Amino acid sequence: MLGEGILKGLAETAKNFFGSYVSKERLTTVQYPEERIPTVENARVFPFLVYDGPDWEAGLRCVSCQICEKECPPKCIFIEKSKDKKPDFVGKMQFYPVRFDIDTSVCMSCQICVEVCPFDAIRMNTGFELATGDRFGGLLLDRKHLAHSNEYYHSIHPTEAAEVDARRAEEKAAAEAKAKAAAEAAAAKAAAAPAAAPAPTKQPAEGGS
Amino acid sequence: MNVVDTKSEKHEGWNLPPAVAPDGEGELLEVSMGPHHPSTHGVFRMDVTLDGERVIRLKPVFGYLHRNHEKLAEGQTYLASIPYTDRLDYICSLTNNWAYALAVEKLAGQEVPERAEYVRVILGELTRVQNHALAVGFLLQDMGASGTPLMYGFREREEILDLFETLTGSRMMCNYMRFGGCRVDPTAEWLERARKIVAKLPKFVDEFEALLIGNEILIARTQGTGILPPDLAVNAGVTGPVLRASGVNYDLRKVDRYSIYDRFDFKVPLGEHGDVYDRFMIRLLELRQSLRILEQALKDIPGGPVMDPKAKIRNFRPKPGEAYGRIEAPKGELGFYLISDGGPNPYRYRVRPPSLINLTILEDMCLGQNVADVVLILGSVDIVLGEVDR
Repeated sequence: MLGEGILKGLAETAKNFFGSYVSKERLTTVQYPEERIPTVENARVFPFLVYDGPDWEAGLRCVSCQICEKECPPKCIFIEKSKDKKPDFVGKMQFYPVRFDIDTSVCMSCQICVEVCPFDAIRMNTGFELATGDRFGGLLLDRKHLAHSNEYYHSIHPTEAAEVDARRAEEKAAAEAKAKAAAEAAAAKAAAAPAAAPAPTKQPAEGGS
Repeated sequence: MNVVDTKSEKHEGWNLPPAVAPDGEGELLEVSMGPHHPSTHGVFRMDVTLDGERVIRLKPVFGYLHRNHEKLAEGQTYLASIPYTDRLDYICSLTNNWAYALAVEKLAGQEVPERAEYVRVILGELTRVQNHALAVGFLLQDMGASGTPLMYGFREREEILDLFETLTGSRMMCNYMRFGGCRVDPTAEWLERARKIVAKLPKFVDEFEALLIGNEILIARTQGTGILPPDLAVNAGVTGPVLRASGVNYDLRKVDRYSIYDRFDFKVPLGEHGDVYDRFMIRLLELRQSLRILEQALKDIPGGPVMDPKAKIRNFRPKPGEAYGRIEAPKGELGFYLISDGGPNPYRYRVRPPSLINLTILEDMCLGQNVADVVLILGSVDIVLGEVDR
């Protein structure tokens, strides 16, 4: 019969229309600003810089190695290396970024910077409501805006952050053991020859939890 | 130095006689469809010459979305090109990643762990499911069934995109495959969720078929429209569902047996007439075959690493040589051709996009058809302009 196929299709539509009143499965839309789906743990929007401890400027993990700047596909990262050095979490002297800008109008959220960073210093943020009225200045984030604490990192990517912390604690323990061994060796040497140089002092580690 | 005459370059072939003779009554009308036309799937333009309602000449004009993809890739590292491949065919970014990773793995002679191969097959087939759901939805949208079938397609796609987001962090720009494996290991919960969604999908497909498959209007408009003869399809290098709808049995999953496709039991659906209806049906049938592969892959997936431990992320420099990696992407054969000179970036990087090559036969399919069917035929080829223009 002509029109049978059309009627069958309409029956299917009617089933979905009335079914949406009883079955949650058929009701797929979410009323966005009022209702929200929680973001998933792996979600990524724009990068941020992780810092340890209370002070964002002193605790930045970034050592200004500029690998992310080189690897970034759209070249949206700008880093200026410091002239002096400061100790990092294991006590090694490292450079720090005096300027770290990310142009989020260029960034394409690809996560390459996170993958190549050997210092776990740059990670992806999950906040997505980032509209701004200023097209240029408002989208160029400097290191103050980019810096977020390790606690914040834990709150958005708990599994990944725990892994990073475990790895850093291991590194720190290894570095401490090495420093201790070196100190002991130096002490032994100093005992053998009292006129030798003073034993090296171990730098206090900052943060790292 | 030659000065390029923009006019003659733009209208190349403008003075050739039309392929279909006009009937001699009335005047010919030139219509420019697009680039801002809802049916052109992005910024694509067709210069159509009409004799009454009949199409007697059609010239596709594209390049509005050209982003210099190939040249950009020659100036940066192998790794940094992966996010750009996402943006080729932005509906199915994971298969683009896969094809590129396959080409680089061939170039560098890298091995992929077994679990990673399974994960790639699962994600590739999920991509095919969501692409075909969307392609059919858009085809029906172009036909004038405004909204409803497209939303049915979107509903299926949404579940799969949520899966992608949980695993890769992004819904569309996944950036997931790496040379020598995959970026993150899917957890047991993720696999369980994927199994649940795959088990639910056949019901969705049934609904989708019941909605429109017997619809008399759809049959009247699509059967016998835009016929692509098999010999022309083969000569033009057309691949994917468009080729198989013309009855040519050519599926790279069966021909090349790349990755681990020889382990799965699935059929290659073939069309008979090569018209728009066959191209519409072939996608629905392929969708069911993909679900079969998915069921088997999700059942058999072994444990182990997803990344080759010897693979390098930084300072990746393959030895000099060339490689061509190709896979059966949802739209056809997607290939990447790479030449390495031993440096950190490719010396030559070339994409063989299925959309562009499937588009070359558009004029042949449209000649002699009504102007309203041009929209339909373009929809049945299933192009994505990100891939056509690169």
